[in-house]
Amino acid sequence: MANISLFMFLLFIAITLGITYWASKRSAGSSAYFAASRQIKGWQNGIAVAGDYMSAASFLGIAGIIAFQGYDGFLFSVGWLVAYLTVLLVIAEPLRNAGKYTMADVLAYRLKPRPVRAMAALSTLTVSTFYMIAQMVGAGALVKLLLGGYVNYNQAVTGVGILMIVYVVFGGMLATTWVQIVKAVLLMAGTILLSILVMAHFGFSFGQFFAAIGHVTYHDAKGATVVKDFLQPGLRYKPPYGPLDLISLGLALIFGTAGLPHILVRFYTVPDAKTARNSVVWAMVLIGSFYIMTTFLGFGAATIVGPDFIKTHGGTNMSAPLLAQALAGNIFFAFISAIAFATILAVVAGLTISATTSFSHDFWTNVIHNGVERKPGEEVLVARISAFGVGAVAITIAIVLGPTANVAFLVALAFAVAASANLPVIVLSIFWRRFNTAGAVSGLGVGLLASIGLILISPSLMAIDPPTVVGTARHLIQAKAWFPLENPGILSIPLGFIGAIVGTLLSNEPTSQQKFNELLVRSNTGLGSEKAGAH
Amino acid sequence: MAEDSRRAGTPPEERYQASQSTWDKIAESQNFKDLMATKRSFIVPAFIFFVVYYFALPVLVGYAPQFMATRVGWVNLAYLFALSQFFVAWLIAGLYVRAANNFDRLAKDIVEKAVVAKADSSQGGK
Repeated sequence: MANISLFMFLLFIAITLGITYWASKRSAGSSAYFAASRQIKGWQNGIAVAGDYMSAASFLGIAGIIAFQGYDGFLFSVGWLVAYLTVLLVIAEPLRNAGKYTMADVLAYRLKPRPVRAMAALSTLTVSTFYMIAQMVGAGALVKLLLGGYVNYNQAVTGVGILMIVYVVFGGMLATTWVQIVKAVLLMAGTILLSILVMAHFGFSFGQFFAAIGHVTYHDAKGATVVKDFLQPGLRYKPPYGPLDLISLGLALIFGTAGLPHILVRFYTVPDAKTARNSVVWAMVLIGSFYIMTTFLGFGAATIVGPDFIKTHGGTNMSAPLLAQALAGNIFFAFISAIAFATILAVVAGLTISATTSFSHDFWTNVIHNGVERKPGEEVLVARISAFGVGAVAITIAIVLGPTANVAFLVALAFAVAASANLPVIVLSIFWRRFNTAGAVSGLGVGLLASIGLILISPSLMAIDPPTVVGTARHLIQAKAWFPLENPGILSIPLGFIGAIVGTLLSNEPTSQQKFNELLVRSNTGLGSEKAGAH
Repeated sequence: MAEDSRRAGTPPEERYQASQSTWDKIAESQNFKDLMATKRSFIVPAFIFFVVYYFALPVLVGYAPQFMATRVGWVNLAYLFALSQFFVAWLIAGLYVRAANNFDRLAKDIVEKAVVAKADSSQGGK
């Protein structure tokens, strides 16, 4: 079995390295390197956006949550799609019209570029790093489980890190985009196939399928047999704080997706705002279809494989691969596992390029050197070097944390920071004439600190573990959580907005108000937007 | 794109540049006001609708789980409402794309006028 898995992993790596080689000859110059020369087609970018978004957390994670907690897991799926309406209606087009490579480009129009870019780069790097570490730990654990005989956790994490550095350093945004496209197509194919097999198992009868979901049987922690209706709400989000946590999660998704740096940079890879809009629609079709199919993945795993078996064969995250094995044997198991691996690789590559773009374009060129590239190609060179730095940091942290580390909260944290720090300042900068530099800096700062602070004192990091839980799987602070919700959005998002508004009102910056008209016209008409270049 | 790699921090020459007064003039023109009004008349209600519709899901599921567990055919109200979110999101996206064709038309007018005005003034200046 490990042989087939290994073969499929290597095949995917070979294909993506081929793409990287091809892209490396087309990545000279800033626009080519950071934005794939803005020549990606709408449907291609749509698939790539979907690829960037459908991380291992959604493929393996949501299938697992549904397999164990039923309907409440499906609620995640809903939020992940609906969130794209914010991207479509509010963010994608103004960003493409007014910006160049990063979200800070939009802020820098009317605000003082240096402080704003410095804070935006800090927030971008924070979101990307948290998200990346969650993915790396997941990848390491997955590879270890699937290729246990060949590689251990540390080697797996290092391998993933090196591959993502290679994609980004040599292939830039063009290679990253095509790696996403290949991965998204594979992921959709695997998910469709699995869904069909699940329905075939039930004789293509929805009646039988949903009847089985009504009687999922497993054993609880004490060994007693439990029969539950998995379509019933409330298995995960229980009173008193469950419903509030659910709303808080929804807020983080709806406002956070439109502030995720690795999603935002994708809109600079297309020729114009209209194409950016079409690419969001393409992404929504794919993402929506995928998340509807988590019905089959998750409930299929619950009914066909069963929580008892999954628990003793790798845990919640293995639900989808184990379902594949139960339905179509080891080759399909290897195929689905390889897709999960491809998913992680593609997402970390996307995160790396957004982090390095922000570091190089925002921080190095614009903050340190006042917007002047001292010699040709410096910006791209700095991005390439920083990709090594980002990769090394991610590898080191993932190895220090180890495979059992409790990292699920890092994804929640990334969304919370994106929703509480990035989104308020982007929105206010586009829509509020009075908004100014002090407001942007305090909004980003308050949003960032509130998200991190509230997560620190949430049940994700604060809880009392029994002595059987050891090492990094233990909660960081062994005490009862001070903040009862796992998702801080319900408090941190308003705090981010308040920070931005109060900071603005306490200071006066006439130039920011004068220049508002320029940003307003540019972002709404596309007048003078960055043009696509030749390869 | 050679011009890009030479001067990364500043916008390349081909990007439209204008004085403060030009931007103000465009922003205060009737055409631009029409564009903004047209956009607002779709985006604001659509945004409010989808946010209310979406948050009705966690609120109902969280605070009225018994009601949401009501059987409807093979499934229950909770699942049907969750599933409907996908189709509503797609519908809003589709309606937006249709409405946005209008925005594009209005925006194109403004851009063309601005570019022509700029060409005229730079010729007049020489």
